[in-house]
Amino acid sequence: MFWGRQRYLIDFALSSLWRRKGRHLLLLVVYTLVVAALASVMLFTEALKGEARQLLAGTPEVVIQRMVAGRHDLVPEQYLERIGRVRGVRKKAGRLWGYYYDPTVAANYTLMVPPERHIAEGSVVVGEGIARARGASVGDVLALRSSVGEVFPFRIDAILSAESELVSADLMLVSEVDFRRFFHFPAGHYTDLVLEVANPREVRKVAEKIALALPDSRPILREEILRTYASLFDWREGLVLTALLGAVFAFGIFAWDRAAGLSAEERREIGVLKAVGWETSDVIALKLWEGALVSLCAFLLGYLLAYLHVFTFSAGALTPLLKGWAVLYPQFTLAPQVDLFQLATLFLITVVPYTAAILIPLWQAAVADPDAVMR
Amino acid sequence: MIELIDVKKAFNHHRPNEHWAVNGVSLTLEGNRLTVFQGPSGSGKTTLLTLIGCLARPTSGRVRLDGKDVSGFPERFLTEIRRGTFGFVFQQYHLLRGISVLENVMLPGYPAAPRYGTLRRRALELLERFELAHKAHAKVEWLSGGESQRVAIARALINDPAVVIADEPTAHLDTALAKGFLTIAEELRAQGKTLMISSHDPLVCEAPIVDRLVRLRDGRLAESA
Amino acid sequence: MLRPAILALLFASTLTSVIIAAAALFGAHLLRRWDLRSGGEGQLRLERRTYLVSTAVGLALAVQAVSLLLFVYNADRMAELFVGAMCAVGTLNVNAYGFPALQVRIALFFLAAVWLVMNHVDSRGYDYPLTRAKYALLLGLAPLALLQLYLEWRYFLGLNPDVITSCCGSLFSAEAEAVTADLAAIEPRLAMGLFALSGVAVIAAALFNRRADGRHGLLLGGLGAIWFVVTLVAVIAFVSPYVYEHPHHHCPFCLLKPEYGYVGYLLYLPLFSATVMALGVAAVRPFAAVPSVSGVIARLSRRLSTAAAVLNAGVVLIVGIIVATSNLMLLE
Repeated sequence: MFWGRQRYLIDFALSSLWRRKGRHLLLLVVYTLVVAALASVMLFTEALKGEARQLLAGTPEVVIQRMVAGRHDLVPEQYLERIGRVRGVRKKAGRLWGYYYDPTVAANYTLMVPPERHIAEGSVVVGEGIARARGASVGDVLALRSSVGEVFPFRIDAILSAESELVSADLMLVSEVDFRRFFHFPAGHYTDLVLEVANPREVRKVAEKIALALPDSRPILREEILRTYASLFDWREGLVLTALLGAVFAFGIFAWDRAAGLSAEERREIGVLKAVGWETSDVIALKLWEGALVSLCAFLLGYLLAYLHVFTFSAGALTPLLKGWAVLYPQFTLAPQVDLFQLATLFLITVVPYTAAILIPLWQAAVADPDAVMR
Repeated sequence: MIELIDVKKAFNHHRPNEHWAVNGVSLTLEGNRLTVFQGPSGSGKTTLLTLIGCLARPTSGRVRLDGKDVSGFPERFLTEIRRGTFGFVFQQYHLLRGISVLENVMLPGYPAAPRYGTLRRRALELLERFELAHKAHAKVEWLSGGESQRVAIARALINDPAVVIADEPTAHLDTALAKGFLTIAEELRAQGKTLMISSHDPLVCEAPIVDRLVRLRDGRLAESA
Repeated sequence: MLRPAILALLFASTLTSVIIAAAALFGAHLLRRWDLRSGGEGQLRLERRTYLVSTAVGLALAVQAVSLLLFVYNADRMAELFVGAMCAVGTLNVNAYGFPALQVRIALFFLAAVWLVMNHVDSRGYDYPLTRAKYALLLGLAPLALLQLYLEWRYFLGLNPDVITSCCGSLFSAEAEAVTADLAAIEPRLAMGLFALSGVAVIAAALFNRRADGRHGLLLGGLGAIWFVVTLVAVIAFVSPYVYEHPHHHCPFCLLKPEYGYVGYLLYLPLFSATVMALGVAAVRPFAAVPSVSGVIARLSRRLSTAAAVLNAGVVLIVGIIVATSNLMLLE
């Protein structure tokens, strides 16, 4: 009986919506755009967080920097021995990396000596962003001016895959010899040291011991970076969403106004339904179904738009707001993901405000006197 | 059987523009009769029909339906009673535009939620009976006045009510169509339905099928015949 | 801390509070003016407003259900932001308002659901026999809704990322000094016995109540409430370790994670629904003698009791399957 009635009501709600599609179209468009805007921000930051997480998953648990007068300085090789044998440390190594400003494209590159990949002297592996900016492809020669003014020709051996381009866009991998010559990097020194720790629960203990052994060093933990990233992304996302909440509020008022401004024809229709035997709660249910159907369409369409925007068109509209610390905007495709948690959040900040906004006008229309049509 | 005991209905109660549309009517209406409520406009005959048909609650007084006092019932229960007991034919017909004739006829059946097939068959039978089967899928705005009224009658009958209430049914009809309406009324009466009609059309008031004529003026009974 | 889910939750709590507070204000007005015998316009206005109140409280309950889920989910997701937090327990422990906020949320969810059951019965009696009781309950709900909002504000505003929190490992480990630790330390044999006993009792009461047309509604309600608590204790004491296959992992929240096949939902959804039904049956029981609704209450009691019996049997079955298929042995 209950479901039988709801089926009739849904059927009638669909036909009412269809009969007045012109009237509902504007609402649907605005509603969809609101959902799409909010969903874009959420999908985009979630994807960025995923990228960052994925990126950091491959990095060592602990990075050790040497500090001189509070500034980051080069680490002498001997430090590796001074650390000695700390329990739980599986592997320790020195890293060579640095930044290079390329005036021809006005961008910063990250030069790095890869620990695992062998790169021949005179060759280089570059990220997609650099290749794009310089218009270079594999086999071309990249001429860079070193810190003492000589020009170094690097032959491009390979271009890094675009998979996680967000990070690798500005990356340039060179051999150790080239790195030291190019930067006049003092022998026997590293940029920093990295440690791999087997058990994540021991990371803090390890860091404490190193701080004791090397008083002029600063250990940086991966979990701390992850946490900083996560809260940074959260904070940016929250900021943008707060700004957008104004739009949600405005949309609520718009929906209220639309729901309250029923045409004489619609009022008459409700009066007739009540006179011929529909109960107030039937009319309320009918109107709620109408709202639910509109919400469903707007939610699905808006989410779909946001999905396409973020994962197919790389969130063109949001890039400057949420990403941007590099000049070389990566043209990356984010890994698509749909998340129940996100959907629930999105539902609470779009469908619920809409429903709350139409509640009172809807009720006002539904309690019309059933005898009104006889007057 | 419907009993009204000193029934009053006020609009804008306790306000300066207070208006007593029905002001103390006591009346017993027998079943299976055709009763006509006659009176000038503003005499309260339509309001009285809304009270009888459970469309509205009296401000004071009692309404008894088959011995049960329904005047204190909240709207929800009045609606349920109304749906099962009364069918309405409004003066302006009040068919819903944009949907088909068939859907219009089926509408009052939705809240009780019978099986779709059953409801549809019943609606088609009624349309057949009023020679409208060929218009079942037409939109109501394409119908003539007489056809609209017959659709409205079919709609009033979809829940098989015991009482059919018609408000000024001949106001928008020419003589031939008005006579057509009376023929239908006679058929319904023969089927055992109770009919209550408000009208000031002499064609209706003086028709031989009328069992009882109730005259109203200023919200009170003028005289009963 | 600014997170979309936090914004959504605070919005949800604000909305719930506004709805329930407004409904309670109306309730206070209604309790003074309600006069069914009058067909006057004032009474008609009151009756019409009750439609708005039921619809709005229905919306509040729906929001409350979704946001309860989101609250736990969000706590779980925030774990990466706090040192020491591995799941929801850790983040709820970051300050003193996390767990109270969750408890008030659950209480409000149950009371709002019970209110809707009462409302359902009330609207089927022509003399609205439950109206006064219903609106009196609403007056009690309003402070709870405001308390929830307050606790949640304090909780979210007080989220300090520098706090080193303790997670489920320490909170639910038998050595810690907390009520939760006492629960974890319960002898599995005892917890299982208690669980089985109250499971049988609540299912029997539901079937019994069904046959008696709801005459034992209060019994079912009482047992249902006990069963709810016992099941939560059981989850901490032995169900969780069996799921994680780890004798010292007692967390009731990690069950909701994908790693464990979302088995928590299979457990909590029927448990919460069945508890709502048992409480609902008990709440309308005092009105079963009112002629206008006695039939409605009998029918509703039968239906809800049947559903509660089935759902609770489902809970027992799922726990049974977990215990039977686990590789962990808690009992020798």
